[in-house]
Amino acid sequence: MLLPVLVLTGIGVVAAVGLGIAARVFYVKEDPRIKGVLDILPGANCGGCGFAGCSACAEAIVRGEAEANACVVGQTEVAQEVALYLGMAPVGSEPRIACPDCQGGIRATRKYEYAGFDDCRAAVLYFQGHLICYHGCLGLGTCVKSCQFGAITMGEHGLPKFNPDLCVGCGACARNCPKGIISLISEKTKILHWNQYTECLAPCRQKCPAQINIPKYIQHIKRGEYEQALLTIKERNPMPLSIGRVCPEPCALACRRTINDEPVAINYLKRFVADWEMNSGKRLHIPVGPSTGKRVAVVGGGPGGLSAAFYLRRLGHDVTIYDKMPALGGMLRYGIPEYRLPKKVLDWEIEGILNLGITATTGVEFGKDFNMEFLRAKGFDAIFIAVGAWREQELKMEGTDLHGVYSGIAFLEQLHSGRDVSVGRHVVVIGGGNTAIDAARSSLRMQAETVTIVYRRSRDEMPANPAEIVAAEEENVKFRFLSAPLEIIGEGGHVTGLKIQGMKLGDPDPSGRRRPVAIEGSEEMIECDTIIQAVGQSPNLDFLSFDGQPNLQVTRRNTIDASEDTLQTDLPYVFTGGDCFTGPALVVDAIAAGRFAARSIHYYLMEGRIPPIEDRQKGFIEESLHKSIAGVPTRSRVHEPVVSLEDRLGTFTEVEGTIDQEDARYESQRCLNCGIYCYDHDLELQRLAEGSSDNLEIQRK
Amino acid sequence: MDLIYLAIAAIFVNNILLAQYLGNCPFCGVSKRINTSIGMAAAVIFVATLASMFTWGAYYYILEPYDLEFIMTLTFILIIAALVQFVEIFMKKQSKGLYNSLGIYLPLITTNCAVMGIALLNITHEFGFVDMLVFSFASATGFGLAIVLFAGVRERLLLSPVPRAMQGTAIALVTAGIMSLAFLGFAGMAQ
Repeated sequence: MLLPVLVLTGIGVVAAVGLGIAARVFYVKEDPRIKGVLDILPGANCGGCGFAGCSACAEAIVRGEAEANACVVGQTEVAQEVALYLGMAPVGSEPRIACPDCQGGIRATRKYEYAGFDDCRAAVLYFQGHLICYHGCLGLGTCVKSCQFGAITMGEHGLPKFNPDLCVGCGACARNCPKGIISLISEKTKILHWNQYTECLAPCRQKCPAQINIPKYIQHIKRGEYEQALLTIKERNPMPLSIGRVCPEPCALACRRTINDEPVAINYLKRFVADWEMNSGKRLHIPVGPSTGKRVAVVGGGPGGLSAAFYLRRLGHDVTIYDKMPALGGMLRYGIPEYRLPKKVLDWEIEGILNLGITATTGVEFGKDFNMEFLRAKGFDAIFIAVGAWREQELKMEGTDLHGVYSGIAFLEQLHSGRDVSVGRHVVVIGGGNTAIDAARSSLRMQAETVTIVYRRSRDEMPANPAEIVAAEEENVKFRFLSAPLEIIGEGGHVTGLKIQGMKLGDPDPSGRRRPVAIEGSEEMIECDTIIQAVGQSPNLDFLSFDGQPNLQVTRRNTIDASEDTLQTDLPYVFTGGDCFTGPALVVDAIAAGRFAARSIHYYLMEGRIPPIEDRQKGFIEESLHKSIAGVPTRSRVHEPVVSLEDRLGTFTEVEGTIDQEDARYESQRCLNCGIYCYDHDLELQRLAEGSSDNLEIQRK
Repeated sequence: MDLIYLAIAAIFVNNILLAQYLGNCPFCGVSKRINTSIGMAAAVIFVATLASMFTWGAYYYILEPYDLEFIMTLTFILIIAALVQFVEIFMKKQSKGLYNSLGIYLPLITTNCAVMGIALLNITHEFGFVDMLVFSFASATGFGLAIVLFAGVRERLLLSPVPRAMQGTAIALVTAGIMSLAFLGFAGMAQ
């Protein structure tokens, strides 16, 4: 009995000594936390985390290359244990869930029925798919079979439905989808992603500067899921209350329903859900990422700055906004009149943004009270400059210094600051943009008897929002088109009239608009006691001349110079966006710039480099331009309630109201929920016309 | 020539998985994707060959001279476990990528009955050192061949309409049975 015991013990000792020596010889210095995390992980080695084995996953987690919830098998309990072990906040792990890009729409024509195939991959391998649409979901349910967690089911109309509560983000469905229309989405991804040409983008999404997933939020409204609709909007636009009131809807111009009847009232729907939140008395929970320990200063509290602050905060950065005005909002507060955007609405919206944990310091001017050196000394890792375009261009003519002559921006800013400002009985506004219209309509509300807008081009060339022009006409603002100001006439130091000259339209100028040409001998006088000049604006970059301020490059258009692809200036830690980068543009453009800057700043702070966006969608995707949408019945769009003309004048009460729930439901049903190829019958007709009637051959090519 | 027959017999006719039915756990558990099955196959080939050398040596130079054959199983378990640990330590130092990619498979092989089975069969068949080496390598290769082929079949099964009740392990076991029958066709090629 002794011998076998001795032999086994001997072999054991030899093995132990051998392993001991091996452990010393082949010693690998390893972070002990890796083993700690490895011990917590369930050791299934399934590969669902995207790493080669659990030890590789543990290494990635410890190095910060993966989230604490990277293990898809362990789910929440393991994630929390890992987070606790590594000293991270338990909520610090950000879940990723699978989402399909194809919304379905009214499905493109089915070309073949595949007897024997019930798998998308097989269908793609054999015929490259069986719908005319090359982007969309084939609906054969490969993703359903791939999901080990029962999170996907086939819904109506052959589209998969995803249950976010069951999805663990393993990515099996995304790997197995042959069309690549399923992706793993986290809150961070939603913020950092920018549209690409390779995506199946509905025309409205292509035209929206903020890139809001319009079809998605409208479908949520259709189903009565207002919270989901609003969260979808806030993925790309933190100010739906304001934008829902002031946006000229470039998206609606591209709406495919315009082929049939009228565009979907997209902005009314946005305003409806935004107002639904405000009127509900409670705020939706907006997820904020785990703290990164990085600090960002945002200079300018307008829509661009607020948008950047909102998304930077959601990405986990510590943000402070600095603004020269007493209250945040920028041009939304000081440029847009109360009757279009009530201040209490704007206040509620800004409060929601600041509630995420953003600090704001107002009443301090960049370049006077503080500068970039000051911000760097305070420990800010990056600076975002969004100071807008507050400098008004002035007409070069006699009489601009007379009493009763205002600049449009200054006029509106004084009005909305509550400072003493008054107009006379007869007001003339020079210009054709939104500022001119706002100044004219505000003057009417300040008891002016007549208000005349003088514009040197025709009505078609006016850059103001068409809806605003119509509203001004309804309120009896007079228009003098094709008229250019020549001289301001005054008496006793006060303005008494404006001398104008008739114009005619000549050849188009570089902007594409026809150039006005003066008509000799057509001068005339308009009698007035107030003149408001609103002929253009540009950024006020005086702060650049402040002593000790690092220099930023300025373009010939007097805007801050920066990379279009990153918004990074020649100082690597300084970014810019909005009107001070592009010149005057829409509010929604500034909102978009804020998110884009947040993306760049995040990458700059976290990775030290800003990855370029591949196939970034800038222009319209040609395949989405259709000539017909067969089978869609005509249905007129809803109209929002407006205050009667009598009740408008003499008061700054909000003119336009919000549509009710019934109208919102009706309008949401008008949305075709389209992608690039839905309804593409034209393409098919074109192929037939070219004699390629053999569909099979076409598909095989 | 005999060595070639031995190898063919080990790989095809007496396939460790499909004829001896050893190593069933990884066969079912790690055969859902071809990539992972290839990793498992490589690990088994490496460990089985190395373990066979050591267990064969231990048997003929320690156990047999002292009439201790009855503790063969215990001894082999000890040797294989120590060896796998050694391989793990070595690979972690020399090939971190391979170590990471094998992940949990390597420790799992410690208790893999295919490896143990090959080691025991070497003794049962009374192989010499070279025969043992060829048999071990070929048997492990047979394991690898079966698991990779099986993973291919299982990937294809995903494309097929399988009744719900038969999906997953159920259809896998039925398929394994059919594969065993197919491997019976190799009988007669070699003994």
